[in-house]
Amino acid sequence: MRYMMLVCVDEAMELELPAEEAARIGPEAQAWVSEMEERGVRVQGQELARVQDATTLRVRRGDVVVADGPFAETKEQIAGFDILECTDLDEAMEVAAKHPVARFGALELRPFAEG
Amino acid sequence: MSSEATRAIEDAFAEEWGRIVAGLIRRIGDWDLAEDSAQQAFTEAARRWPGEGVPRQPGAWLMTVARNRAIDRLRHERMRDARLREAAALIDDGPEDEDEEELGDDSGIEDDRLRLIFTCCHPAIPLEGRVALTLRALAGLTTTEIANAFLVPEPTMAKRLVRAKHKIEHAGIPYRVPPAHLLPERMSGVLAVLYLMFNEGYAASTGNELIRVDLCAEAIRVARLLNRLMPDEPESGGLLALLLFQHSRREARTDPSGDVITLEEQDRSSWIQAEIDQANAILDAAVRGDAIGPYQVQALIAACHANAPHADATDWARIAALYKRLLEVTTNPFVKLNHAVAVGMATGPEDGLALVDQLRASGELRDYHLLHATRADFLRRLGRNSDAADAYREALNLARTDAERRYLTKRLREVSTGPVPAEAEDA
Repeated sequence: MRYMMLVCVDEAMELELPAEEAARIGPEAQAWVSEMEERGVRVQGQELARVQDATTLRVRRGDVVVADGPFAETKEQIAGFDILECTDLDEAMEVAAKHPVARFGALELRPFAEG
Repeated sequence: MSSEATRAIEDAFAEEWGRIVAGLIRRIGDWDLAEDSAQQAFTEAARRWPGEGVPRQPGAWLMTVARNRAIDRLRHERMRDARLREAAALIDDGPEDEDEEELGDDSGIEDDRLRLIFTCCHPAIPLEGRVALTLRALAGLTTTEIANAFLVPEPTMAKRLVRAKHKIEHAGIPYRVPPAHLLPERMSGVLAVLYLMFNEGYAASTGNELIRVDLCAEAIRVARLLNRLMPDEPESGGLLALLLFQHSRREARTDPSGDVITLEEQDRSSWIQAEIDQANAILDAAVRGDAIGPYQVQALIAACHANAPHADATDWARIAALYKRLLEVTTNPFVKLNHAVAVGMATGPEDGLALVDQLRASGELRDYHLLHATRADFLRRLGRNSDAADAYREALNLARTDAERRYLTKRLREVSTGPVPAEAEDA
């Protein structure tokens, strides 16, 4: 099964992490990517720029409405994504639990729609 | 319908429903079709058994009929290719082998019902969905019965069940007993669902019994099955013993008007001794291992109460020690409160009061009426009547049921010199 793993963090909180912890995240995320690619469960993925650089667009009554910022004003924002190919949700959960962001952020596992 | 056939169908339902549904889900992967087919098999049994007689092996008969109904339904849908392949696979299994398998013993971890339990209780399903699905798929309760048991409208419960099944299907929740490295965590999840189910029934036992199925009995039934299927898992025995001890007191817990009777004041001759004996035996077997988990400890505590011939003979020192042990693995404030009660009984109300005051100072359980009622009780025993009255009033303000309010009002009156407030009288 294919899952989109949305990597969500509270950017304000991320900035307040102890320096030591913050420094570990990058290398650990790299190690996670290598491990999961080797296992064949990570199909692709990408870290995203901060939400302040996001642009949200809607077409309403034929007009293009553009807004600065993310589509939803929530504390936790999508900071990146990974596409996983797993046998089942248990495997996807196990893979997600190993990601360093799981310790302070949130990982949403969304199955691809069928058909 | 002959009473023999009626009883045979009831017995078969209790014994076989979960097995049939679990087996069909494994073979066809369609929860609704599995439940519908099982339902049809029982309907057919109700139609045929009274006239034709009860088959020699009712379970095998029901399984065969249910499987045939499922195959019929899949055949009707054979225009859909995927379904056709499933149906073909199902027919290829061959009926004789299947029946043999269905009649196999309950021991092995591969029992379909075990797969069903673990799948229903998967942590990715919302907790209320886990409870509802276990009652529907495994225990065979209807949506109406489950809705009544939880006092929610039937469409709400139906939606809850549909959502849980969709999640299993679409999110890729595996239909299996978890592998060894996940088992301890998932096992405690299953036990928590059964404990919640039991407590829902326990707490509501003063409600309208006529429309509510007995959730306590259903939880015990599933716990019994789990314990039979996982005999090497000591906590399943711990949970079953705990539930049996609690349930054995059901006749003694309330008076005819529905008021709570405290453990101390219960008529112990109305405790069901056969169930206590059974719980003792199950607990003995469960605590033989090295590791003693929280359900076993709670069952040991319940055993102290159940085996005391009268309230004064309760071994409170042992109970206090067991609660202390429980506090090593949990920070649950309710356990802290129970520990305080036990200490108060074992070594005196001063010690108990000191622990309750500590808990009260922490702010935990601030809105829980029994924290204040316990405190009031210790104060009353220490002769501090006016402090006790204040604490009983606090408890009264927070009590949730009329029976609790009546009990607290009675206590308040005992320690009050002045008039008891009218609203407390009315409550």
